[in-house]
Amino acid sequence: MSATRTFLNRLEERIAGRRESAATPEPSWVAARRQAGTARFEALGFPTKRDEAWKYTDVRRISEGDFALAQNADFSPATAATLGLPLDAIRLSFVDGVFSAKLSDMADLPAGLGVEPLSSAMNTNHEAVGGSLGRLAGVEFSPFTALNTAFADEGAVIRIGSGVVVEKPIVLQFYSRANAQPVMSHPRVLIEAGARSQATIIEHYVGEAEAANFTNVVSEVLLERGAILSHYILQEGSLQDAHVASLHIDQGRDSRFTSFNINLGGALVRNDLVADLNAEGAEANYFGLFFAQGRQHVDNHTLVNHNAPHTFSNENYKGILGDRARGVFNGKVIVKRDSQKIEAHQSNANLLLSDRAEIDTKPELEIYADDVKCSHGATTGQLDEEAVFALRTRGIDEQTARGLLTLAFAGEVMDMVALDTVAERVERAVAGKLPERFNLGDLVDVATADQA
Amino acid sequence: MATEEMEQLVRREYTQGFVTDIESDTVPPGLDESVIAFISQKKGEPQWMLEWRLEAYHQWLKMKEPSWAHLNYPPIDYQAISYYSAPKKPEDRPQSLDEVDPKLLETYEKLGIPLHERAALAGVAVDAVFDSVSVTTTFKEKLGEAGVIFCSISEAIREYPELVKKYLGTVVPQGDNFFAALNSAVFTDGSFVFVPEGVTCPMELSTYFRINAANTGQFERTLIVCEKQAQVSYLEGCTAPQRDENQLHAAIVELVALEDAYIKYSTVQNWYPGDEDGKGGIYNFVTKRADCRGDRSKVSWTQVETGSAITWKYPSCLLRGKDSVGEFYSVAVTNGRQQADTGTKMIHIGEGTKSTIVSKGISAGNSEQSYRGLVKIGPRAKRARNFTQCDSLLIGDRSGAHTFPYQEIGNSTATVEHEATTSKIGEDQLFYCRQRGISEEDAVNMIVNGFCKDVFQELPMEFAVEAEALLNVTLEGAVG
Amino acid sequence: MLEVKDLHVTVEGNEILKGLSLTVNAGEVHAIMGPNGSGKSTLSAVIAGKEDYEVTAGSITFEGRDVLEMEIEERAQAGLLLGFQYPVEIPGVKNIYLLKAALNAQRKARGEEEIPAPDFMKLVREKLAFMKMDASFLQRAVNEGFSGGEKKRNEILQMLLLEPKLAMLDEIDSGLDIDAMKIVADGVNSLRSEERAVLMVTHYQRLLDYITPDYVHVLVDGRIAKSGDKALALELESRGYEWVLEESAA
Repeated sequence: MSATRTFLNRLEERIAGRRESAATPEPSWVAARRQAGTARFEALGFPTKRDEAWKYTDVRRISEGDFALAQNADFSPATAATLGLPLDAIRLSFVDGVFSAKLSDMADLPAGLGVEPLSSAMNTNHEAVGGSLGRLAGVEFSPFTALNTAFADEGAVIRIGSGVVVEKPIVLQFYSRANAQPVMSHPRVLIEAGARSQATIIEHYVGEAEAANFTNVVSEVLLERGAILSHYILQEGSLQDAHVASLHIDQGRDSRFTSFNINLGGALVRNDLVADLNAEGAEANYFGLFFAQGRQHVDNHTLVNHNAPHTFSNENYKGILGDRARGVFNGKVIVKRDSQKIEAHQSNANLLLSDRAEIDTKPELEIYADDVKCSHGATTGQLDEEAVFALRTRGIDEQTARGLLTLAFAGEVMDMVALDTVAERVERAVAGKLPERFNLGDLVDVATADQA
Repeated sequence: MATEEMEQLVRREYTQGFVTDIESDTVPPGLDESVIAFISQKKGEPQWMLEWRLEAYHQWLKMKEPSWAHLNYPPIDYQAISYYSAPKKPEDRPQSLDEVDPKLLETYEKLGIPLHERAALAGVAVDAVFDSVSVTTTFKEKLGEAGVIFCSISEAIREYPELVKKYLGTVVPQGDNFFAALNSAVFTDGSFVFVPEGVTCPMELSTYFRINAANTGQFERTLIVCEKQAQVSYLEGCTAPQRDENQLHAAIVELVALEDAYIKYSTVQNWYPGDEDGKGGIYNFVTKRADCRGDRSKVSWTQVETGSAITWKYPSCLLRGKDSVGEFYSVAVTNGRQQADTGTKMIHIGEGTKSTIVSKGISAGNSEQSYRGLVKIGPRAKRARNFTQCDSLLIGDRSGAHTFPYQEIGNSTATVEHEATTSKIGEDQLFYCRQRGISEEDAVNMIVNGFCKDVFQELPMEFAVEAEALLNVTLEGAVG
Repeated sequence: MLEVKDLHVTVEGNEILKGLSLTVNAGEVHAIMGPNGSGKSTLSAVIAGKEDYEVTAGSITFEGRDVLEMEIEERAQAGLLLGFQYPVEIPGVKNIYLLKAALNAQRKARGEEEIPAPDFMKLVREKLAFMKMDASFLQRAVNEGFSGGEKKRNEILQMLLLEPKLAMLDEIDSGLDIDAMKIVADGVNSLRSEERAVLMVTHYQRLLDYITPDYVHVLVDGRIAKSGDKALALELESRGYEWVLEESAA
């Protein structure tokens, strides 16, 4: 029996158990979607290195794993508070994929903002969810989106009405527990930003140090005319977690989208970002930062489609790789025929801290229109020795100098983060991940104390 | 049925059954062991060579044609191709330049091809092959004195079997890829160059020889070996448009550079690109690879690609020797319905290896062009460096320019830089030139040549001038 | 020589010039001044033939020829030359190639032979010396990596070589220090003759201390609001543009 079939059988068996115990049966349209997802996943199978999009990423950690489904959302509020983002926010929390009302905070939603768990939205709000769900992330996209479509039973639906400005950030808090048997979850997120609305949404993945679970999330984001949206993925999973995420964005006229994709945790991480700039004046910025060490494997794939004239995109991904970690960056920009007056920039810079670390990078451009300004660049190298020297002439020891410069390298992305709490947390995490010899702990404390 | 027609039919069948007759000048379409045996016999090859070819053929049978390139062409029927045909007899060729298409002659004029070369290029049966016999003799003498071997690969297989055996297929193995396997089975001609230790080849292996090369295009196989401290500059191809009745071309070039050796390989490819709809153009699937085996060895590829309907070509360097150097300079121009997928691979294996890639792509008309490159830094390639500059220029709004640069970096002491831009010829640049009284067409030529300058300056001097002219001719009518 | 009549020009739907008229005769130097956004640069760009500008009404004639019917290069060959405010960089194209191509294009248009290379070099060296420019300058790519001052000097060098009948200088003084300004002004002054005219667009009076104009025009809201001689420029310097605005509004 193939790995794909074995995996499916096990999953179907387990999910059937859960469904039987559910109070209400699922609506028929949900069942139909699940069938399509299952069929597609089985047809595609788990990807192998022969698939161009998975050339550098081995998914056997997932395909050969035996993952159960979480039965409850029990989690100590104290641990949750320590691990979660300390932000005054509208918050939806999930524990191993199961919604936890206790850890969530949806009080005082401003008028015109809808935030609810996917499970309730699917059952009660077919109109709003049925039409949009799966529109951007079809089952064709990858075996993992197919798998998600087949088995997603929790997640979040966020709908921002026209002209609504949401002041507080909306945090989707995903916790991963240290379970006796690893579990898997397939969260699904749907975000619809109405015309001229504004909001900041953060997907935060974090867990207990011993957790070894598999998360397979799919997020779909729609921006209507003039909407302004900041979207964060902050992935700080345990070093045994497998994390597969795909983010699909559809931008309307004059909309502005900013994406942060920050990956610090996980044993096996694969991120896909698929953006469609569908109408004139759409503008997007994509910032990425990944820091992997030990034997972590982090794969980032981005695809930006300029489907309309006068659209702008700018992408900047930075990678730091230590020990035997492996990083992948594959960025692709496609400018469709007749999409004139386009500007698209893409850059990927990587820093290798160890001889056994590896980075595979491929910044691609496919251009079918002529009145365009496109550029891309990729650099991989070491710290600027002149800068190291300059710091040493100020009396800073070499290791600290290297640490500071490594932090500065990541800083180019962190500086773009508008939320201080997030920026600070990332900076600390990056500093904390640096090899001990760099010894930056105190310095960062000083800096953050100064900010406070 | 008329007797005459009947006779023709019979004759045809008869010919088809006659494949192993080595007196025959062509084999009927199709490929099997007997065809390979026929080619080998025709060339007077030793048994080991035939076996080598058959080995390649058997590997080819198991292989699939690659489909990953950004190219779109109808499937090729490999059994519909004839794999051997002797050069045309003088009586079948045009007898003088008067019989040649005046358009072709006009192009030669524009390119500044010397008069005495034009006839040969147009395929005119020239008596006494003008003065080439004497030229060849002088060349051979001079090369012989220096100890340089320069001859056709067929001759080399017969005359220097040990050398050929030692190096053939060591850079591009028989089963390297689909087209390489096909070439290994059926190659009919090409060049062999051997420069012994410490010798700098006394002349550029170019000018005259490009004319002879015109007749050996289909499954060309070239092998160049430079021993320790040897140097050679080799020039392949020709700026003049070349026509060939064989639509499929699958060439192999293997370069071997030992310690401190330097090989400079320049190509100008201007095969027939097909008509306005791309019909009838050459399919050019080429495997070119250099093995920088020795420490401090250096190989430099320079190419100007303007022809062919389909180009599939990635001149590469295996940088194995410590501090060895690989370079790739490329200008590719596509117009009409041309499609090109080209680039390079720089495989850094040894310590301190360096590579430079400069690729300039110009797409006009309805053409599609892709740069596809790989820079791989192995774990032992300490302090390896690569710099890649990869620019595309678009002319008109129906063309496409794509960039697929792969970088696989497995060494923290490596420095790899890649820069790429895609732009159109700036309206403001055109306006500036025209405001100085320069016509739009001249302005485009000037800007395009400026865009390509970094590559042209790597070409041998007189060739660079021809290449500039070639570019202008290729882009004629692309603007406006 | 140049006759602009009731010129209306729009850019991307906005009307920039709203009925501008101007006559320039041989031997004259005209300065066009005006506040930002008044349409100063638009006038010279339209005369040169820049394509983003749409002429909706009016006419431009040069020595009796309808300029609007001429291609960009034809205008240049006829002797209408524009010195750019922001000279364009053309990577890889050597300065000397551009100069030679431009000079030969002009000669060809006049039915003359191409200039022999030695004569050309002699001529270029002479002009180069006049502009106090180094010979290495010829081998560099057009304007690529040039300082602001070098770019402007390069514009004037081209003028000296191509000897236009009407030289249009768009903010040729912007970004120049006093020394560079003197060199540029010397270059322009050397062009002055009975057969030639100069049309300068400038924001500051400073340039006019070095190149004395015969006429000064103040451009306000797409029209010439006031004309005078050099004294007008001085008045603008001390009083600003406000009073002209008020006067023209009244």
